[in-house]
Amino acid sequence: MDKLNKGLEPFTFYSRLHLSELTGYRATTLVELLNFMREVSDACIYHHTHRFLQQHQFLSPEPPNDFAHWISRALGEDTLGEMLASIDIIQFCTLDELRQAMIKEIEAYLKKNPRAKKKFANPDEEFHFIKAISFFLPTQYVVHNLKEFAQALEVVTVDSIYFHIFEARLRLEKGVNDFSYWLETSVGENDLAKQISQLDPYTYTMNDLRTKILKLINKRLTKSN
Amino acid sequence: MTKLDEYALIVGQSVIDELKLLAERLQGKVIQNINSTAVGGGVAEILHRMLPLLKELGVDARWDLIKGGETFFQVTKKFHNALHGKPEKITPKMFAAFMETSQQNIDEIDAYGDIVFVHDPQPIALILKNKPESGQKWVWRCHIDVSRPRPQVWNFLKDFIFSYDACVFSAPSFSQRLPIRQFLIAPSIDPLSDKNKGLPQGYIESVLEKYGITRDKPIITQISRFDYLKDPVGVIEAFLKVRKYNDCQLILAGGSATDDPESSQVLEEVLIRADGHPDIYVLSIPPGSDLEINALQRASDIIVQKSLKEGFGLTISEALWKARPVVASAVGGIPLQITHQYSGLLTHSIEGVAFGLKQLLNSPEYAKQLGENGREHVKQNFLLTRHLRDYLLVFLSLYDSHDIVYL
Repeated sequence: MDKLNKGLEPFTFYSRLHLSELTGYRATTLVELLNFMREVSDACIYHHTHRFLQQHQFLSPEPPNDFAHWISRALGEDTLGEMLASIDIIQFCTLDELRQAMIKEIEAYLKKNPRAKKKFANPDEEFHFIKAISFFLPTQYVVHNLKEFAQALEVVTVDSIYFHIFEARLRLEKGVNDFSYWLETSVGENDLAKQISQLDPYTYTMNDLRTKILKLINKRLTKSN
Repeated sequence: MTKLDEYALIVGQSVIDELKLLAERLQGKVIQNINSTAVGGGVAEILHRMLPLLKELGVDARWDLIKGGETFFQVTKKFHNALHGKPEKITPKMFAAFMETSQQNIDEIDAYGDIVFVHDPQPIALILKNKPESGQKWVWRCHIDVSRPRPQVWNFLKDFIFSYDACVFSAPSFSQRLPIRQFLIAPSIDPLSDKNKGLPQGYIESVLEKYGITRDKPIITQISRFDYLKDPVGVIEAFLKVRKYNDCQLILAGGSATDDPESSQVLEEVLIRADGHPDIYVLSIPPGSDLEINALQRASDIIVQKSLKEGFGLTISEALWKARPVVASAVGGIPLQITHQYSGLLTHSIEGVAFGLKQLLNSPEYAKQLGENGREHVKQNFLLTRHLRDYLLVFLSLYDSHDIVYL
C-alpha cells in the first residue's frame, strides 16, 4: 500500500477565457501566408493552431489547425495541408518551435512544388490572421492532495482542463502540463505525473481527456487504499 | 427568477459565474453606450437585450442617443451603403452636413463614461470630445460589413477611427490594418427570444395547420426574405432534383415587404417556378411573426440557406440552436457557424444542395448528429451570453494590453 502525500503547495484550478484580436493581415497565397507566419506574434500562432480545439472541443478528437485547413480547402494543396495537420504539437515546448516547424514544412513543399506559389484563394476565402488574448482566472477549487485533486477534476469546466493542459505548457512555456508538474513536485507522484505527460492531449476531446486522467488517478488511489 | 438565472438553465451556472467574475473586475467603471436610435435595427435590439443583463451583473452600463435630422441620416445611410461596398455619390456638402450635426452632438452630449462605447458610423465623430488626459477609453463598435468599403467614405471615417483606443468588428474579413487594437466579436442569438425559445408541440402543430401543411413527409425549409441574394428559385431547383427520388416537401417562408418592388418581383418568380407544385409551400409571413418562424424551423426536418451572398447569416445559428440539420452555402459568416460534415453541410451550387439534402434525408441518424453538434457549437459560440462575455473582456483589455492577462 503506497501512502498519499499531502501537497507541499496547494493546487489552484484556474479557468481561462479568450478574446480574438484582429490584426488586419490577410493572405491569399501560400507565399503570403508564409511571410506573415514568420512575422506575426506567438499569440497568432497559438490562435490558429488551437482555435479549433477551443471551439469544437466536443466534436472531434483530432482538430485540424487553421493553416492546414486553409491550405487544403482554399488552395487545394491537400498534401501540404495533411502534413501540417499531422504535425505532432506535443513534441514542441514553445510556440516558436512549432512556428519554425510549420515554416520549414511549407518552405520545403514550395521548393519541391513551385507551381503552388501560383495558387490564389477566392476573395471570400482569404486567410485572416487573428491573435488569441487569454484571460486566466482562479476558480474556487484549491486542493491539497491527490484525492481532493481527483474530486475537483471531476467537476471543473473543460476550460479549466484546457488551461492546465494546453495553455500552461505551450503558452506559458512551462514545458510540461500543470497537472504533471504539481503531481511530481508537490505530492511526489512521479509515476502518475509521467503517465499524464505522456498522453497526447491533442488526440482526445476535452471530456475524454478528463476521463482518461481520472482513470489514471483512480488506479493510483485504489492502490493506496 | 432573474434573467441571469434563466440563462443559467441554458448555458450552465459556470458560464454565469464567469460573467459575474468579469463584472466584478469592472466595478466602479461606467460604460456609456452611444448610438443613433433607441428602436429598430440590430444595434438597438442588442442594446435592449444586453443592458439589463449588464445591470444585473452589477456593471454600471448606460445608453445615450445622438440627435440628427433627416439630412444627417440620409448622409449616414449613404455612408452605410458605401461601407458595404455599394457605389454612392457623396458630395462635399453632404460631408459638411454630417460634420455640422456631429458638432452639435459633440457640444450637447455629456461623455461621462469611463468607457465610451460608440456604435456604428453615425456618432463616430464624438471621439473629437475625447481628451487623452481624461483617462477615458473610447471604443468604436462597427456592426457593418466593411470588408470592401468604398475608399471615399472609409478614408473620411479613418481619421476618426484612428483616434479611438480600440474598435470591434463582427467578422475576421471586416478587419483592416489599423494603428489601434481591433477585436473580433461575432454576433449572437438570444435563446430566450420569441425567435429561439422552446415552443409547446401543440403550438408548432397549430402553425403547420394554419398553413395547411401536414407532417406525412419530411419538411425542408428555407427561412429568408424574398431576395435574389437568398436564391429562393435555386432552392426550388434543388428541391425538384431531390423530389425525383425522395418523397418530401418544401417550405419557403419569408417576410413580405410590399414596399420593396424587388421583393415582390422575386416572390412572383418563385411562384412561377413553383408552378403550383403540391409539395411546395411559399409563405409570405408578415414582420414580427417570430413565434411562427420559430415554429416552422422546429417543425422542419432540414433547414436550407442557399444564399449567394450573406452578412453573418444568423439564421444558421437560429436553425442549429433548434438542433436542425442544415445545408447551407459557404458564403459570408456561414462557414464560421458550420464546419462541413461536423455541424452541417456546406455547398457551392444547386447540385451540391440537392446532393446534401438527399444525403440527410436518406441518413436520418447522420442528420440528427449534425443537428446536435450544431446546437452544441451554437451553445458554445453564438449565444447572447458569449457576446456579453466578449464585451466584458474587451472592456478589461482596455486596461491591459498584454496577450495574456491574469484576472
